[in-house]
Amino acid sequence: MATTTPPDRVETTTPDAEVSRAISRERGLTRLSRLQTLGVLFGVLGVTLIASVAGALPGDDITLVFGLGDAAPKAALDPPNTVLGIGILFVVAAMVALLDRWTGRYAGVALAVASVLFVPLVLVCAIALSATNQTNLLPLFVESLRLGTPIALGALAGLWCERSGVVNIGIEGMMLAAAGVSFVTYAVMSGGNGGGWLWAAVVIAIFVGGLMGLLHAVLSVTFRTDQIVSGVAINLLAFGLTAFLRREVLLPSGVSSAVTLPKVTLPVLSDIPLVGSVLFSGKPIFFMMFIVFVVTKVVLFRTTWGLRVRSVGENPHAADTLGIDVIKTRYQAVIVGGLIAGLAGAWFTLETVGGFDNGMTNGKGFIALAALIFGKWRPWSAFGGAMLFGFAEALGSRIQFLNVAVGGFPFPSQFLQVLPYVVTIIVLAGAIGRAIPPAADGIPYERPR
Amino acid sequence: MSRSANRSGDGVRRAIETYFRLAPVTVPIYAVLTAVVVGSVVILAAGSNPIDAYAALFRGSFGSGAAVAKTMARSTPFIIASLAVAFGFKAGLFNIGAQGQLLMGALAAAWVGTWGWVAGVPSVIAIPMVLLAGLVGGLLYGGIPGVLKARTGAHEVIVTIMLNAIAARMAEWLINSRRPRILLDVTASVPHTTPIDAAARLPKLIPGTPLHVGFILAVLLCVVVWFVLQRTTVGFEIRTVGANPHAATYAGMSVSRTIILVLALSGALAGIAGAAEVAGGTTGYLTAGQFRNVGFDSIAIALLARANPFAVIPAAVLWGALLTGAGTMQLQAGVSSDLVFVVQALVILFVAADAIVRWVFRVRRPRDIDVTQDGAFAKGWGA
Repeated sequence: MATTTPPDRVETTTPDAEVSRAISRERGLTRLSRLQTLGVLFGVLGVTLIASVAGALPGDDITLVFGLGDAAPKAALDPPNTVLGIGILFVVAAMVALLDRWTGRYAGVALAVASVLFVPLVLVCAIALSATNQTNLLPLFVESLRLGTPIALGALAGLWCERSGVVNIGIEGMMLAAAGVSFVTYAVMSGGNGGGWLWAAVVIAIFVGGLMGLLHAVLSVTFRTDQIVSGVAINLLAFGLTAFLRREVLLPSGVSSAVTLPKVTLPVLSDIPLVGSVLFSGKPIFFMMFIVFVVTKVVLFRTTWGLRVRSVGENPHAADTLGIDVIKTRYQAVIVGGLIAGLAGAWFTLETVGGFDNGMTNGKGFIALAALIFGKWRPWSAFGGAMLFGFAEALGSRIQFLNVAVGGFPFPSQFLQVLPYVVTIIVLAGAIGRAIPPAADGIPYERPR
Repeated sequence: MSRSANRSGDGVRRAIETYFRLAPVTVPIYAVLTAVVVGSVVILAAGSNPIDAYAALFRGSFGSGAAVAKTMARSTPFIIASLAVAFGFKAGLFNIGAQGQLLMGALAAAWVGTWGWVAGVPSVIAIPMVLLAGLVGGLLYGGIPGVLKARTGAHEVIVTIMLNAIAARMAEWLINSRRPRILLDVTASVPHTTPIDAAARLPKLIPGTPLHVGFILAVLLCVVVWFVLQRTTVGFEIRTVGANPHAATYAGMSVSRTIILVLALSGALAGIAGAAEVAGGTTGYLTAGQFRNVGFDSIAIALLARANPFAVIPAAVLWGALLTGAGTMQLQAGVSSDLVFVVQALVILFVAADAIVRWVFRVRRPRDIDVTQDGAFAKGWGA
């Protein structure tokens, strides 16, 4: 396969696949389609589950509870049989996918169902292997949402940039700068005792994020620096500046732990029995995330300005011809992305930890990027990706807490933490659908003269 | 009369031409200078004297023989790892994965170095074994994004970012896991791998200092990479693919093969960097967080060096010097050692935005376009 550039994602569609399949048929080879490859994987997994995993699980029933109080719905499951059932479903899905010539679009549906079944599979195995045999799913669910918050906001920040045609691998740095500067201001001005300065610090975080976005825009839109280089520079700058600020200002101020944002309880919704008091009681940035998502979805896909942003990300020359100021639009989008990344930064210091440490975003910005790609540059899919990654994290800590053991050894939580990245690579490699970025993503715009 | 005027005119023109030919060199130097100046503003804002601070920084990194040795030891991994990144640049590939490849190489080296039979053989065999392990570890890990890019078009930047995170988690598990014990030294209070055997340790260049043979190895690798790139057919193919993949295809070169080759070799270099750190370090073991930032710093160094295999040496030494002198600066001038991170970030910022530097110092763009500068890798995710 001697393509010039790596095969252009927009152009490599079915015809190419058809041609390559025809060629392999000519050579007497059977070449599997993408769905069939995935089907084979699921088939192998299903057979493994049926043959060895189901028998190896302890036979005691487990109880899954969802909600609070005695009236909460419970489900008693027999782990071996549940795993057996899931295994059979995997094999069925594999069959449907392998016969995709006859099953047509049901092949995709079957594989999607099988992919979703992964979550209960992992859960049932984890609980069956743990020291307890009852667990409440509601806190796990809420914890997934909570841990997914900075990832989701970061993914939105990336969405705004990349939809306008500016690649942003500096989300991590934007979040870190916002987290650091806002917390240092808060600690110095109020001693970390909450009050008005706490809320002002959230605004400062958003503002700092916007400034970092502006820097990214100046570098990559005006000076047409390579956008990845600009992102690397932003990450290093954020790390250096916040480390310096911490040592020079925060440590001398003596504030090590501070009051975080207060819990908010939504008035009517939190009275819903069983789940309300947990679902609708949380910290403010958690709720703001949902608002930002809805606003993004509406503005980016339902307004003229949103259409402009997307058009400069897909075909800036055409947009320019129609009188859209490409440079200005990209500036606006990248700064909006920065503002959202700033809010995500505030989640770390002001909402969750109440302190600042060097590099405390700890790769969350890169996970956000992964969620964005996982969600194929679409807001709600990216949200789903972020929540899935949040779930992997929440389950990872739950597994440690529950002493899940496999083969006499504690199950390494790192295996779960790695999953989001592995899945993203698989998505990117095109195994599950196609991840097609905005067409002009990463290409600096230069007006033809 | 007219002859002499002509001659002086020639001289001026020659001087101007030399200046522009040197432009790829002058811009990074100006970028460093600008970063130092902006850094001194930061120092002033923090209430200290910039001249004292920089003087202390210099004393700490080059002020004595021991300090120089320390600086050179510190810059060794940066030289090799940034060479890896620079090598990728030459083919138009942005290998952000040096961090993960380095870690994989270090893990492989730390594992092989504790094998029983390695202890039984002389250093002449044991040391190459450990370095080879690092090379293979990095090669395989770097090959993944190469194959994915060549086969499916998955962008190497995002794949390597993901692989970095995976490598970090895997290292955490392999090193810290107590049950089952994999690489952990159970006697250690802070979790680290079992130290590799004395036979596999790199000898010190100057006894009593941290400077080890790895520095010589790093310089040799720079020469090798330069030779491969400039004097071999493979190197010509790599540079052609980097400059213009379409032209390379029409000339009958296999772009996908070159992509796999370059990313795998780039990974191999990064893997050697990790192995050399494990084998040459004073401790001979590896902790989970040991190489934090080395990979990303190497990208900055490779950019500062304009992806030139020889220029990475001074650029990496600058990085090592900043890190080495930071402690002295904090002790003697009272400026937080974290300032060096700010200076480093400013350097890369001004290198990245070379248009700013060119504008401030009136440096024109060189006529023959530098591969690393003009869009060779500004291709976006998909294309």
